[in-house]
Amino acid sequence: MDLGKDLVAASATPLVLAILAEGESYGYAILKRVAELSGGHLRWTDGMLYPVLHRLERQRLVAAKWGTAENGRRRRYYRITKDGRAQLAAQRRQWQVVDDTLRGIWMKVQPA
Amino acid sequence: MSAAPMPTTMEDQIAQWRQFLRRRRAIESGDIEELEDHLRNQVTLLSDAGLAGDEAFLVAVKRMGSLDELSREFAREHSERLWKQLVIGDGAAAQASLRSDAFVALGLAVAAALSMKAPALFGHEFNEQATFYPRNASLLILPHLVGYFAWKRGLSITRALLLLLPFAVGAVFANIYPFGVLRSYTGTLTALHLPIALWLVVGISYASGQWFRGHARMDFVRFSGELFIYYVLLALGGGVFIMFTVLMFNAIGINAESLVAKWLLPCGIAGALLVGSWLVEAKQSVIENMAPVLTRVFTPFFTILLLTFLATMAWTGKPIDVQRNVLIAFDLLLVLVVGLVLYAASARDLNAPPNLFDRLQLLLIVSALLVDALALAAIAARISDFGFTPNRVAALGENVILLVNLAWSAVVYARFLSGHGSFAALERWQTAYLPVYSAWAAFVVIAFPPLFSYV
Repeated sequence: MDLGKDLVAASATPLVLAILAEGESYGYAILKRVAELSGGHLRWTDGMLYPVLHRLERQRLVAAKWGTAENGRRRRYYRITKDGRAQLAAQRRQWQVVDDTLRGIWMKVQPA
Repeated sequence: MSAAPMPTTMEDQIAQWRQFLRRRRAIESGDIEELEDHLRNQVTLLSDAGLAGDEAFLVAVKRMGSLDELSREFAREHSERLWKQLVIGDGAAAQASLRSDAFVALGLAVAAALSMKAPALFGHEFNEQATFYPRNASLLILPHLVGYFAWKRGLSITRALLLLLPFAVGAVFANIYPFGVLRSYTGTLTALHLPIALWLVVGISYASGQWFRGHARMDFVRFSGELFIYYVLLALGGGVFIMFTVLMFNAIGINAESLVAKWLLPCGIAGALLVGSWLVEAKQSVIENMAPVLTRVFTPFFTILLLTFLATMAWTGKPIDVQRNVLIAFDLLLVLVVGLVLYAASARDLNAPPNLFDRLQLLLIVSALLVDALALAAIAARISDFGFTPNRVAALGENVILLVNLAWSAVVYARFLSGHGSFAALERWQTAYLPVYSAWAAFVVIAFPPLFSYV
């Protein structure tokens, strides 16, 4: 099952923030974690993660710095900021509302 | 199986992929590094999972997403990158070279400004009465520009010194002749023609040994056009700066006009040329060339103007009223048309088939030729009334040179449009013709004063 584009885009911010809340990480590892968590159902085009990370950086929800990977290459590491955590909490409440609402109606509607 | 252009190793493939990314303006070198790290991780994972190298690479690239989409996403997040590109270098090494380039250019700009002021030590002031500056300004400024390109292109010392030789020759001919009166005609002609003659030397230093090969000449034409536009913009900015200098000091009752005339103006004139050249060099691959854009905008207008002019002349039967300066006016018209042809050619894909704009260019050339022929006929009829002054002979010579250029351009264009030639022939003709302008200018500087006994 593949998710719709809009849903993927909407879930990107909370997902990335939540993964970074687990600890500092970098692009490739974040995507791997997304695949892991969603059981492979949530698929992004790999490259698209980076503009999202850059946007979060501009909004100061995450901070980035260059470090060195185990293979010796330069790698960009991201970590969540205080603002990022606040934003994550806010997003979490919003998604909770969406989730609750949908849950309420799922019971009454039979899938076609 | 032989697949020559296909890169063989993984490193080659990644390098090529990087190359593709680099062409996207919204994606910067840091982003490329980040994406490359990702790609390598992905390839490693896929290889470990049992995919062959090529397959792993292809899958990894595909998962990365299409370049268009990717660069659109980057552009959406970093729209400012589509605008200001000049200061942002590509990588640390490029940044360092950009900085040293800036230092050398600014240093030479200061040097040019100072050498512009050096003659003041010997009593030559920069003012309207001075006959020294108009004749010598190009000799004081342009060697610095040659020096800049000699440094930038890594010319050997001997070659660089050789390039300074024409300036020494120019200095001799600009100053040994006993130009009589304050505003002697031949003196003014020297002032006007010496920069044109020496501009060729700048071109040779720009091309650094490639002048007779490849597209160096056309690159120099592009450079010259952009430099002209930058210079005009810098001059406008300089005018505003000078205006504020005078106004502000006026407010506290100090007259700054002599400071402006003696220092700001000469130093600005010299320094702006170096700064402009550096800007053109620094941004050449980053910002679209303006000269061809202006050419595209104005070619239709000038074509309409010339055609309307011809039609009006035919309709009313009015002849060209031969005034004293009419020849110079038509020279300038031809210069403009040659410029339009040259800069249109400078931006054209040589292999593209003829299009509407090419037809328009041919129409422009032919109508300019007609107008000029009418003007020449009118002048020829009355040349004996006027006599052969140095100005008129110089103007006539230039008219002939430009006319020959345009006439042959028309032939080449017509051949190209009828499918019997390539556009490259026009570029070859235009670039081969460049030294002619300088040769004539040098002739005017060297031979005219004695020919016309220094009037």
